[in-house]
Amino acid sequence: MSERGQKLPSDVRVGVYVCHCGVNIAAVVDVRQVAQLARGLPGVVVARDYNYMCSDPGQELIRQDIRDYALNRIVVASCSPHLHEETFRHAAAAGGLNPYLVHMVNIREHVSWVHPDRERATEKACELVRAAVRRVVWHEPLEQARVSIHPDVLVVGGGIAGIHAALTLANAGKRVYLVERQPSIGGHMAMFDKTFPTLDCAACILTPKMSAVQAHPNITLWTLAEVTRVEGYVGNYEVEITRWPRYVREDLCSGCLKCIEACVYKDARFPDEFNLGLSKRKPIYLPFPQAVPQVPVIDPATCIQFKSGKCKKTCVEACGERGAIDLQAVPKVERVRVGSVILATGFQTFDPRRMPEYGYGIYPNVYTSLEVERLVNASGPTGGEIVLRDGRRPQSVGIIHCVGSRDRRHNPWCSRVCCMYSLKLAHLIRERTGAEVFNFYIDMRTPGKGFEEFYQRLLEEGVHFIRGRVAGVSDWALDPSEEGKLVLRVEDTLLGIVRRIPVDMVVLAVGLEPRSDAEELRRLFRVSCSAEGFFLERHPKLAPVSTFAEGVFVAGCCQGPKDIPDTVAQAGAAAAEALALIDRGSIEQEPNTAYVLADHCSACRTCVSLCPYSAISIVGGDGRPHAEINPALCKGCGTCVAACPSGSIRQHLFEDEQIVAEIEGILAGVAGG
Amino acid sequence: MKQLADNRAESSNGFEPKIVGFFCNWCTYLAADLAGTSRLHYAPNVRVVRVMCSGRVDPQFVLEAFAKGADGVLIGGCHPGDCHYQEGNYKALRRYVLLRRLLEQLGVEPGRFRLEWISASEGERLRAVINEMVEQVRALGPFRGFNRLPVKLAQLHGQKECSKEPASVETVEL
Ligand SMILES: Cc1cc2nc3c(=O)[nH]c(=O)nc-3n(C[C@H](O)[C@H](O)[C@H](O)COP(=O)(O)OP(=O)(O)OC[C@H]3O[C@@H](n4cnc5c(N)ncnc54)[C@H](O)[C@@H]3O)c2cc1C
Ligand code: FES
Repeated sequence: MSERGQKLPSDVRVGVYVCHCGVNIAAVVDVRQVAQLARGLPGVVVARDYNYMCSDPGQELIRQDIRDYALNRIVVASCSPHLHEETFRHAAAAGGLNPYLVHMVNIREHVSWVHPDRERATEKACELVRAAVRRVVWHEPLEQARVSIHPDVLVVGGGIAGIHAALTLANAGKRVYLVERQPSIGGHMAMFDKTFPTLDCAACILTPKMSAVQAHPNITLWTLAEVTRVEGYVGNYEVEITRWPRYVREDLCSGCLKCIEACVYKDARFPDEFNLGLSKRKPIYLPFPQAVPQVPVIDPATCIQFKSGKCKKTCVEACGERGAIDLQAVPKVERVRVGSVILATGFQTFDPRRMPEYGYGIYPNVYTSLEVERLVNASGPTGGEIVLRDGRRPQSVGIIHCVGSRDRRHNPWCSRVCCMYSLKLAHLIRERTGAEVFNFYIDMRTPGKGFEEFYQRLLEEGVHFIRGRVAGVSDWALDPSEEGKLVLRVEDTLLGIVRRIPVDMVVLAVGLEPRSDAEELRRLFRVSCSAEGFFLERHPKLAPVSTFAEGVFVAGCCQGPKDIPDTVAQAGAAAAEALALIDRGSIEQEPNTAYVLADHCSACRTCVSLCPYSAISIVGGDGRPHAEINPALCKGCGTCVAACPSGSIRQHLFEDEQIVAEIEGILAGVAGG
Repeated sequence: MKQLADNRAESSNGFEPKIVGFFCNWCTYLAADLAGTSRLHYAPNVRVVRVMCSGRVDPQFVLEAFAKGADGVLIGGCHPGDCHYQEGNYKALRRYVLLRRLLEQLGVEPGRFRLEWISASEGERLRAVINEMVEQVRALGPFRGFNRLPVKLAQLHGQKECSKEPASVETVEL
């Protein structure tokens, strides 16, 4: 059977199990026929079809058959091995069989869900099962290798997700490195005044957590820092973090802020990033009053000393003996070893300049929701007063929902939080200014605890709701009542008429999207992204915070739009997954490593340079030199196996015989064998 | 071999190509899983053999597939820079380029052998690639066997990683 002259193992006894998956498979694939075909295949002792193979009785079926029929090979035709390979390996092991004598056939994702034609789907399923039976014959019992898990954890991103995950781990006694790119942790939540639906003060719930991070003996916090290199695998990641200089030393600064006062710029002159340019800052500044760490930062792009070298350095003078200001600081590279990683890098908001019809950047009184979050914030640029750029108080405000979201031209997804934060902003604006507020919505989405009740409350507060997608915003007045106003044109789909609503202020409820640099992080950590660019979870329901890179977990809006309660829940789940990994101490590794048949190897070294992990070396220099593969370093890609000129490198679980048998099985019908 | 070709020529009415896919575990196999969970319908002609990385695809597997009657072979791997094992897909690409030339000499039309980068999120692209390839191979008709036989496949093995012209592989006219 095999070209390699290997003898077919004798007394092979295969059991084949074809799953109905309820109707998921059985509605399309004729599972009886597949089982019947299997029964006729060489080596098959028993073949069954069953409603749910992954259920307890389904697994018991396998265990029982192993005993009753002395099975020594198992084929399960059901869903993707990514979903249930472990399940069936465990079932086999529970029946006393080595787990690697099991092979799975994917007749759900790869057959019944994608091929509606019953006859052809059944044909494909039959061929895949035949291939699997031929393959499994060549399987051998394997020992599981174990790798130990380094107990330290890296958390990337210091928004509420990263903060919560880091604290959970640190409180459990684990050492955490928290890496944040901005000069302060806090993320988007630090920008809000109140949070829906309870309207509790964001700072009151966030600030204590931020301080706790700073104070926690188990957390090493690096702000102005980024991950620049990642090596290794689950249990043993080596990560390089670059810390950009703050030019004020965190270890020496007391947070007195005298340096800011003393800056040669008497007035703040430069757009303040945290306030989205709604206020000004000096070249040396504290990002916001509750910033953690409470240490000013110098922006070299605007500081005279960095631009011309001719500043009087009054900040250095003001700091005096402390000497915390270090204008010579250079980037610093830290290298840490961790066993697991939590990615919590959050989101960015949709840039409404991409929809010029809404006039953002054209009319000064068109704002994004994030800007309005700053305007209503008591510690924001206006001290919480809602005033327009020209200093007027708005008498009427229009809030446009779904900007950039649920839009085929931009982002097709619903951003999940915009309806709710629009309601929140409507409430706050009305409360603080008494203005007439109009919400323009497509559908009102309030699925959360207390959300619908909040909507009802707004209706009672006299906020107006107009159902329709706004066509455009302009300052063209058609009659005197529109003079000096921004006019929103909208088809009111409940009244069935086109309306023009003049207002003083327009708020764009911009959607949530993946950060533009998520791609770089994705590559560094070798995780996947879903089509829209959010990090992809291993399974949407069963492994929502795991990724396809083992030991790397995701939390918060980097995985998809969500509100703070969901973000925190997910961050807790990610921390729990990391803890579970650490407390196990070690995990089994897929034993799919490559190995060398020393007698056949001519030590040609082709493989040595191919291995990305330097797992291959030439040994036996004095006698017969040959290649040797360190199984602890081999990750099982099989590249060296395919490249070995003499065929003397082989791979467990992906032996040539197994793959060739699979190919033969697929094509057996064609070639008549 | 001849007989096989004849048999299959007869049944080429309503010809359904049979394509063997070698998909890497981390990208293209997952793309096929995603196509499934998204219920994207596509041609049922591809049978997938899962490998950990496209770098595991031994040229021998491809030859074996054609020799055993496949009408096409599709290798699917991660996009450049995305390989789960850093650069297995570059190795696959290198081999693919050589192997394609060799296959051409053996009478395998280029449309029958493809290497595609399809990431885990590209279920839609997977469907498009498969549908397109199936149509292409359908138009080419059944594969009628190598016109020359690579007599020493083992020797070919010895040349996989070097850049020598694959033309030096011994072949015999059928
Ligand atoms: C206008 C608006 C109002 C909202 N109001 C509410 C509300 O009232 N109630 C509610 O529940 N939800 C609200 N939300 C949703 C809320 O903002 C999110 O649920 C929450 O901020 C998600 O937290 P996060 O930690 O996942 O992401 P983020 O808050 O975005 O934090 C991510 C952090 O990671 C850092 N980071 C990013 N990339 C890197 C990198 N490569 N290296 C290092 N660090 C990095 C960022 O600097 C940031 O600090 C609102 C959202 C918007 C847009
Ligand atoms: S893992 Fe996909 S090509 Fe290497």
